[in-house]
Amino acid sequence: MSTEETNNIQVIPEDKEKTKKIWKVAAILAVVTIIEFIFAFTLERGILLVSIFLGLTIVKAFYIVAEFMHLKHEQKTLMWSIVGPIILIVWLIIALMLEGNAIFNIRN
Amino acid sequence: MATTATIETAEGRWSGGNAPMNASYGKLMMWFFLLSDAFSFSALLITYGLIRYAHPAYDGSVANFEFSTEYWPIPEMVFEALPFLHGVHAPLIFVGIMTFILILSSVTMVLAVEAGHRMDRKGVVKWMLWTIIGGLVFLGCQAWEWSHFIHGTAEGTVNAAGETIFGANLTQNQYGPPLFASLFFFITGFHGFHVFSGVVINFIIFFNAVVGTYDKRGHYEMVEKSGLYWHFVDLVWVFVFTLFYLI
Repeated sequence: MSTEETNNIQVIPEDKEKTKKIWKVAAILAVVTIIEFIFAFTLERGILLVSIFLGLTIVKAFYIVAEFMHLKHEQKTLMWSIVGPIILIVWLIIALMLEGNAIFNIRN
Repeated sequence: MATTATIETAEGRWSGGNAPMNASYGKLMMWFFLLSDAFSFSALLITYGLIRYAHPAYDGSVANFEFSTEYWPIPEMVFEALPFLHGVHAPLIFVGIMTFILILSSVTMVLAVEAGHRMDRKGVVKWMLWTIIGGLVFLGCQAWEWSHFIHGTAEGTVNAAGETIFGANLTQNQYGPPLFASLFFFITGFHGFHVFSGVVINFIIFFNAVVGTYDKRGHYEMVEKSGLYWHFVDLVWVFVFTLFYLI
């Protein structure tokens, strides 16, 4: 490890705005998780609560992928080639939920 | 480093000689690997949904809930223990702490990537170290959670054949239908293995940053690539947390 070599590297000073934005996204993720927690113990279990949980999860997923993974700021071609195939997962959810329901009906 | 293309026509962009998506080969391949990994995890989680729907649900009130192998358990009644506080009913608190640890380690990872963009070796080393610590703490928590799940509660549950079962294994468990424990082991185990390999990768990147490999190379793109993987692991946990522990 030679220090002479690394001393030549120009370190660009920290941009406070950027760091602030990172912590802001972190705060959003934390707050959404706390909201999920409160709902888990105050709301009646049912379809409504499940939909709220799924909605909040998508919000969190959006912030992680768009900001932390930086996908929102990449070129549109790259963004759509990652987001587009997710449609297959949506199809799988619908197909297998219907299937699960059918298995339940046959068993009971 | 490839020079940025000056020709901005669609034909020019795709006819070779530059990076059409404005991302390097390695970064692009990391994205496509993560897409395929997303399919694996979706398949597992959706299978959880399918199997859960195929089993009878508990339809009484949460306060009167009791374990039975006849119906699917309410997760907050299963995951309610805390280390060092034996017998205290603290539903979802421990898993909530684990979620925060993973989110925090994701934040420190973004800060490491940001320091890398500025060629700030000290910053990268500091934030990578925090990320590695976060990952290790998460793994420790998961080990405790598994151990508690396997050993079970002091009372156990009486199954249909009249025997009392304690804890969980792959064929039977005190919390609900056998598949409940199998899915728990499979899904959190697969995720935990991702966290473990993420910690190993992060450690290699950390080591390279310390010895100055990336300063010599002139850029810190490897930090960005391992960062993508680490955020993905956090992303998967967000879904596991909702689908396995909340619903």
